[in-house]
Amino acid sequence: MNRTTTRRHPPDRRTWPFITRAIVTALVAVMGPAWAEEAPGRVVSINLCTDQLAMAIARPGQLVSVSRFARDAALSNLSDAAAVLPVNDGRAEEIVPLTPDIVLAGSFSSRATVDLLRRLGLRVEEFAPANSFAEIREDITRMGRLLGRSEQADELVHQFDDRLATLRKDAAPSGRKPVAVVYHIGNGTDGRGTLADEILTTAGWDNLAANLGIGTYGALPLETLVANQPDLVLVGGAEAGWSTKAVPNARHPAIMAATNGGDRLMVLSDRSTICGTPFVVDAVARLVDERHRLAASRGAAR
Amino acid sequence: MSRLSFPALLALLAILVAALFVGSLLIGPSDLGIGRALAALFVDDGAATLVMREIRLPRAILGVCVGATLGLSGAVLQGWLRNPLADAGVLGIGSSAALGAVVAIVSGLAYLSPLALPLSALAGAGLAAILVFALAGRGEGGDSLILAGVAVASLTSALTALTLNLSANPFATLEIVFWTMGSLGDRSLDHVALALPFMAIGWLLLAGVGRSLDAMTLGAETASSLGLRLGRIRAIILFSTAAAVGGATAVTGVVGFVGLVVPHVLRPLVGSRPSRLMAASALGGAALLTMADLTVRLILPSRDLKLGVVTAIVGAPFFFRLILHERRRLMR
Repeated sequence: MNRTTTRRHPPDRRTWPFITRAIVTALVAVMGPAWAEEAPGRVVSINLCTDQLAMAIARPGQLVSVSRFARDAALSNLSDAAAVLPVNDGRAEEIVPLTPDIVLAGSFSSRATVDLLRRLGLRVEEFAPANSFAEIREDITRMGRLLGRSEQADELVHQFDDRLATLRKDAAPSGRKPVAVVYHIGNGTDGRGTLADEILTTAGWDNLAANLGIGTYGALPLETLVANQPDLVLVGGAEAGWSTKAVPNARHPAIMAATNGGDRLMVLSDRSTICGTPFVVDAVARLVDERHRLAASRGAAR
Repeated sequence: MSRLSFPALLALLAILVAALFVGSLLIGPSDLGIGRALAALFVDDGAATLVMREIRLPRAILGVCVGATLGLSGAVLQGWLRNPLADAGVLGIGSSAALGAVVAIVSGLAYLSPLALPLSALAGAGLAAILVFALAGRGEGGDSLILAGVAVASLTSALTALTLNLSANPFATLEIVFWTMGSLGDRSLDHVALALPFMAIGWLLLAGVGRSLDAMTLGAETASSLGLRLGRIRAIILFSTAAAVGGATAVTGVVGFVGLVVPHVLRPLVGSRPSRLMAASALGGAALLTMADLTVRLILPSRDLKLGVVTAIVGAPFFFRLILHERRRLMR
């Protein structure tokens, strides 16, 4: 994946006639940045992650539609807010009649849909999945700029950093850090450079996958996982409930045995980790609590 | 059973395709109403016109053209190879186009330009045809072609699976999986402009071999003695199928079953002459694919059912009926 082109501002792929472009350039030059920052009146989001960023930042009435997933409490942190907004299924035909000034999409939204919307002259802003807290901050700031709500966005970044700072203080390591590992169905894991890695390390854990040298998303054989005796195995909410004989999953006897019958298996709700939103702080907080619980039980055992 | 005359059957199929085409223009998530929808196609009506001309029209056109391509190529290949299981899939065209698309998605090319993905898929189909042609040699029989095709199909499917296997990005993996299920959703007139020339060239060339296929039913030797150059016909069939099906697959993703089932369903109605079956199968394929695409939009519209899945589900009952019918006929 070519990260540099999908992340940040993708170039406007419409070929504007030269004259239009010249006029716009002249207008921007004359009217200054105030004109360029004018808030869009109608914004449509077709991606769960942009849904949540936009709902957290937009002024009331500015967001005219979000994706259907935004209402799913398992996936979305703002399902209540989404319940009163019209929802879409991300099809061009639903979006065009809404006459949006900006369409917010994920960089993995349907290619055909994004290309078609651009072809029809709509401004589509794509957000790549955030892989770090720094990228979350950038996304919030960019969303604020796009919606003409930079002040709210800065405030959100501020709150995010405040909560993180508090948790970091709490997470100050004393001696050996406990080791955790993220387990995905089919023996996958999140290594260095992923959002999960930063969530874990911020909460004062060592990420086993990163220790093993796994970068981004990699394979982690069950044997390796069990042999390394992590203190905690993390699974996603949807994956935790998924039981199948076809592929190894969180209910595998080996994982059950390695986690003391599931006692050291932690289910992280998908809504805290699936998108790079400020709500990842909730996952950090839960992991800090879990670390304290582990330390307490170790202390009692000693 | 009195059989429908061939022109009457073609006319019926053509009416069916036309009706489904109009139905395809009228059905979608935005509630336009029949009158306004059709009027918006011709007279500028703001957003309604955008929806009709730029979203529903390309979808309806592609449904008919891609369906016709798959039906026609299936009839030609079944006639030429005299193999009831033949369709463009046995030549490895679909799976190679899929590999081309997967490469475009994984490399990030697909994100640079809207047409990068279809072009890459088309290149995959073209390379597959060349490879099959080189492998099968200059012989005249069909078996070497099937073997070469199946070999290329296995290789390209394995490479696609390998790419999925090694993909470090779950989102790209998901996009690939969905692409391989086929869809006509949100295709634009750009896609039509890209695919139609390839499909049209394929149709014209394939139409040209109809007569030769008719002669072939008398046996390869008789056909040769009638002056048919079998090697040349084989090359035409291979490359025109690659152009037409490659063009179709490039914009829709892999849509199976249409090329396989349509000729079987229509054969009892048109008799055994390949040239007649080709015309009927082109129309039948267009009808089946448009029907499937309507099903996608009518049933569970919010779940984004994939076309390739639905063609198999819509097509299978026809196939079952046919098999039962054949069995009864044999037992009699």
